[in-house]
Amino acid sequence: MSFVEKTAAQLQEMIHTKETTIAEMTEKAFERIEALEPKVDAFLALNKERATKLAAEMDQVPFAERGPLFGLPIGVKDNIVTEGLETTASSRILEGFNPIYNATVVDKLREAGMVTVGKLNMDEFAMGSSNENSYYKKTKNPWNLETVPGGSSGGSAAAVAAGEVPFSLGSDTGGSIRQPAAFCGVVGMKPTYGRVSRFGLIAYASSLDQIGPITRTVKDNALLLNAISGYDDKDSTSANVEVPDFTAALTGDITGMRIGVPKEYFAEGVGEAAKQAVLDALKVLEERGAICEEISLPHSKYALATYYILASSEASSNLSRFDGIRYGYRTEKAGSLLEFYMNTRSEGFGDEVKRRIMLGTYALSSGYYDAYYKKAQKVRTLIKKDFDDAFEKYDVIVGPTTPTPAFKIGEIIDDPLTMYANDILTIPVNLAGVPAISIPCGFENGLPLGLQIIGKHFDEETVYRVADVYEQATDFHKKTPQTWEGAAQ
Amino acid sequence: MAKMTKEEVIEVAHLARLAITDEEAEHFADQLEAITNAMELLSELDTENVEPTTHVLQMVNVLREDKSIPGLDRDLVMKNVKEHEGGQVKVPTILE
Repeated sequence: MSFVEKTAAQLQEMIHTKETTIAEMTEKAFERIEALEPKVDAFLALNKERATKLAAEMDQVPFAERGPLFGLPIGVKDNIVTEGLETTASSRILEGFNPIYNATVVDKLREAGMVTVGKLNMDEFAMGSSNENSYYKKTKNPWNLETVPGGSSGGSAAAVAAGEVPFSLGSDTGGSIRQPAAFCGVVGMKPTYGRVSRFGLIAYASSLDQIGPITRTVKDNALLLNAISGYDDKDSTSANVEVPDFTAALTGDITGMRIGVPKEYFAEGVGEAAKQAVLDALKVLEERGAICEEISLPHSKYALATYYILASSEASSNLSRFDGIRYGYRTEKAGSLLEFYMNTRSEGFGDEVKRRIMLGTYALSSGYYDAYYKKAQKVRTLIKKDFDDAFEKYDVIVGPTTPTPAFKIGEIIDDPLTMYANDILTIPVNLAGVPAISIPCGFENGLPLGLQIIGKHFDEETVYRVADVYEQATDFHKKTPQTWEGAAQ
Repeated sequence: MAKMTKEEVIEVAHLARLAITDEEAEHFADQLEAITNAMELLSELDTENVEPTTHVLQMVNVLREDKSIPGLDRDLVMKNVKEHEGGQVKVPTILE
């Protein structure tokens, strides 16, 4: 029997009809992971022993006590702490780090009955767009193993695309869920800032970071967001707002819905195939009753610079905690305490992390604070206002997720600015704090393209509704990559 | 806005507690100069009367009830400490 390509509802059906058990499903997930990992390299630590034991116990729970995700396997991005399971954020500085508590989202997965099978590779400290910044391994894109899976949640997107797990969690600071979801042809949601607790998420840029679900279908994505959302008193930026049942929003009806299409998202640098795929998607949505109109988000071109100043500044502060004293990597070479700190950090951090720490330290240093940090905070206000204004007239904003499909491994790693440009269409969303999803909407040279749907603050429901209507009308999400052939099912 | 020079990279690396070699400083300076150049784009915007956004949610002074709750178990906390003794973290000698 086959587990891959199945939705949560189908997997539950298989369990309820006794076609399979949670124990068997978990075993098969590990078989498939072991078969595919030599090619895909999505996973870091595996949780096999504990997951196997847990799965057997869960088979004993009465059906009446089980929710829609009960017993299903999930992978978790490696910047989300998991008690007793090595968590490194793909950095050398956290090699061997064994958390003593769970992130709130991990506790919530457990409450939903999900089985965490392992930790997923990422760009170090979530800084990067290709997974090439991981200290441990380079994850490959299952659609073409010579290309990157995107980043920073590249392992999370690749594992779902390869059918190693049906669900994963990622985190998104400037596009780190949506860009890899687009590159790997899966569904990735960055929820509203504050929707999901950040407690236990290793901080990169605290005012932008948000955890979110990666899945193969929109409905499964909504189910997983149901499970992880909600106020948490351990995260003082978590929002005390009601969490709706996101799956109830999937009504299939978008009649009269107003969709804004920002002209800036079709500007220079955005590839023809990406533009065309979105224009075709808009036709599909219009046929189903939506009204699409061109709009302007005039400050879009300033988002990239604003983001790199603010995110790097926050990172330089957040990452000052890694000093080799209480946990993590410690240098062997130190004469003085200062040398101890400096050598520990230089040996423990990779180049991109160092670049951003230095950029942030510079932007926050006296003499440059007003010109960089404060200026960027003001421009952030203007970018946020662009969205506020647009959402007075429109229900959602739609455009491409990325300018191009996945690029070749090694192609742009030495050119930070070109790498940063990957996130040009996703970054404004984080600066405004609004929710956005990426769903598959086409291919270019056999590589997936993503459709980005952006919503109002705390209105993930409308985003999901539009995404679901599009998914039901198309079959891009049913296509599977070459790595599926011949692998254990 | 100014561009980052090699000397500034060395100074900033020191402030950030990062050891870098001369060669690395040169390499980073080239990259960071390009990045800070790109950021100059912001200076063309008039933001005189714009309030800064530190946070997208309008929340201030999030406080919990003033009552004590147990902290982390000390033995557990020591689990990831490279060197410890008697329930305390050992650090390198800083005074001769």
